[in-house]
Amino acid sequence: MTAATSSATSLRAEQDRGRRKAQNKEKWAQGRTYISAAVILIWCLAPAYWMVVTAFREVGFTYDTSILPTHVTLDNFNTAFDTSFGNRFGQALLNSVFIGGVVTLVSLIIGVFAAYALARLNFRFKYMVLGFILGASMFPGVALITPLFQLFTNIGWMGSYQALIIPNISFVLPLTVYTMTSFFREMPWELEESARVDGCTQGQAFRKVIMPLAAPAIFTTAILAFISSWNEFLIASQLSSDATQPVTVAIANFAGAQPNQIPYTAIMAAGTIVTIPLVILVLVFQRKIVAGLTAGAVK
Amino acid sequence: MATEVGPTPVKAPASGGAPIHHGPKGVGEDNKILSQGKWASWLLAPTIIALAVVIIYPIISAIVMSFQKDAGLDPATGLFTAGGPAGVQNYVNWIAQQCSAPAGGTVACPPGTLGAQFWSATATTFFFTVVTVAFETVLGFWMAMIMARAFKGRSLVRAAVLVPWAIPTAVTAKLWFFIFAFEGIANKLFNTSILWTGSEWPAKWAVVIADVWKTTPFMALLILAGLQMIPAEVYEAAKVDGATAWQRFRLITLPLVKPALMVAILFRTLDALRMFDLPYILTGGANNTTTLSILVINQIRQGFNAAAALSTITFIIIFLVAFIFVRFLGANVVEQSGATGKGKK
Repeated sequence: MTAATSSATSLRAEQDRGRRKAQNKEKWAQGRTYISAAVILIWCLAPAYWMVVTAFREVGFTYDTSILPTHVTLDNFNTAFDTSFGNRFGQALLNSVFIGGVVTLVSLIIGVFAAYALARLNFRFKYMVLGFILGASMFPGVALITPLFQLFTNIGWMGSYQALIIPNISFVLPLTVYTMTSFFREMPWELEESARVDGCTQGQAFRKVIMPLAAPAIFTTAILAFISSWNEFLIASQLSSDATQPVTVAIANFAGAQPNQIPYTAIMAAGTIVTIPLVILVLVFQRKIVAGLTAGAVK
Repeated sequence: MATEVGPTPVKAPASGGAPIHHGPKGVGEDNKILSQGKWASWLLAPTIIALAVVIIYPIISAIVMSFQKDAGLDPATGLFTAGGPAGVQNYVNWIAQQCSAPAGGTVACPPGTLGAQFWSATATTFFFTVVTVAFETVLGFWMAMIMARAFKGRSLVRAAVLVPWAIPTAVTAKLWFFIFAFEGIANKLFNTSILWTGSEWPAKWAVVIADVWKTTPFMALLILAGLQMIPAEVYEAAKVDGATAWQRFRLITLPLVKPALMVAILFRTLDALRMFDLPYILTGGANNTTTLSILVINQIRQGFNAAAALSTITFIIIFLVAFIFVRFLGANVVEQSGATGKGKK
């Protein structure tokens, strides 16, 4: 009786030891995950943090290396918008919003029909069209710029808004079609079928049933399209003028009071202004954006 | 393109995995497909026309230009010479690095001129592509593996990786220019005094580091999306069968994530081959960081037609790399993105 109990106790002790060992191993694995996660966080955020900290630092302490904000000031933001050294940052912000807005709008209006057809209809050459659109999105900008440079010089469009908007469409439109096509594939199309059974035409079914459902997908695509237009630099750096240059060009050419002294703090302030709205937008719609970004690559 | 309205030979299942209800029968399948083809061509027409105007027209125009001589002053006579057909001379000039000589004919381009930089720019472009994509793949895979695990704060990490992606490349370049400044934080942190943008290898690594920082998140998210398609039961079954962690990674994760991984690598490779913003702003193309794209831009103001030839060469290089990927490495982008009706796992 006692022997049986003691052997049962030792067995339990053995099991306990085994379980504890497994738990320790689990804890160790969890610990490593947290360390890795911390490394990723620091790697991704530290440079961006440094930009913001520098943006709020007095010019005299540009190279201050204390990690926490020191010598905090808002002066750099004034300097960023100051036009006395030939910078037109404020104008450039408006230009970027305008160019990005028009490009996004045009691409969405044109692209939504193509995406619907590619996601929904069966027709010949579907894969050829998809391949063509995908190829277009991977197309190198430099291959477009030379003929456009000559064409726009000849017809006097150099430095005009349309000279910046039209090439932008060439890479935003494929992206729009591509992203929306993958979103549209995931939608509950049975509803469209039922609407049609109830007597709607395909067009009516699309307008009244599908459009409201597709709104989030279209909105996400709009954000991605706008970001990609907002980030464009190559075309704008060659085809824009002082009056029409977007923010990326303005920041790249940002000049200071002295020609050989780079106004880092003001540039970081300008960078912060350009980046913060995007980062907020992206974080708020994080899930949708990630779905849009990875759309098509894995489905 | 895609204006075919004839009956499609095979009626594929409807896209999106939704069963198609054919409504009242009697109209006939052929009519339905006929109307779908007609619909499709109307819906696709605006996109195809727009892309034809903004992409196909410039490509053709660039190719035509590349066979023309650049107009300019004749160095021998000092007189203005009009352009004219040049045959393949522009291409030969770039590839053989020949410049037109004052006495007529061509000589090897003197060092420092744009014409002498073709092969070094090609080498630089491929160096950046291979090194950045390799780092991004390894780092991105590691990040994706971490983000796929369940732990507190996972959503925070997933949000954080979007920050470098959301910052415009021009701003990224300026930011890293500041970090790599002589008195900047990078030198302070590592207690070094390197003139990062002042000589060849530090400048190259500065570009690589900035590019890896900016684009690894994109890679990680693509790979993560691939990882999440793998059902957990597969891993459970392998564990029960006694597979080690390494075996599970090598025999389950890698093969199953391969399609997504290949597409991610293809996207990044093609993107890296046209790299422009980052080296242009960070180093100005100095110290052998001139990529092919930068060389084209520098050439434009010296002669459209020579620039057109160089941009066509760049385009062909990128096209060939994409072709090799799709044909031999199994990166089936169109099928990946175009596969319909397969449904989600």
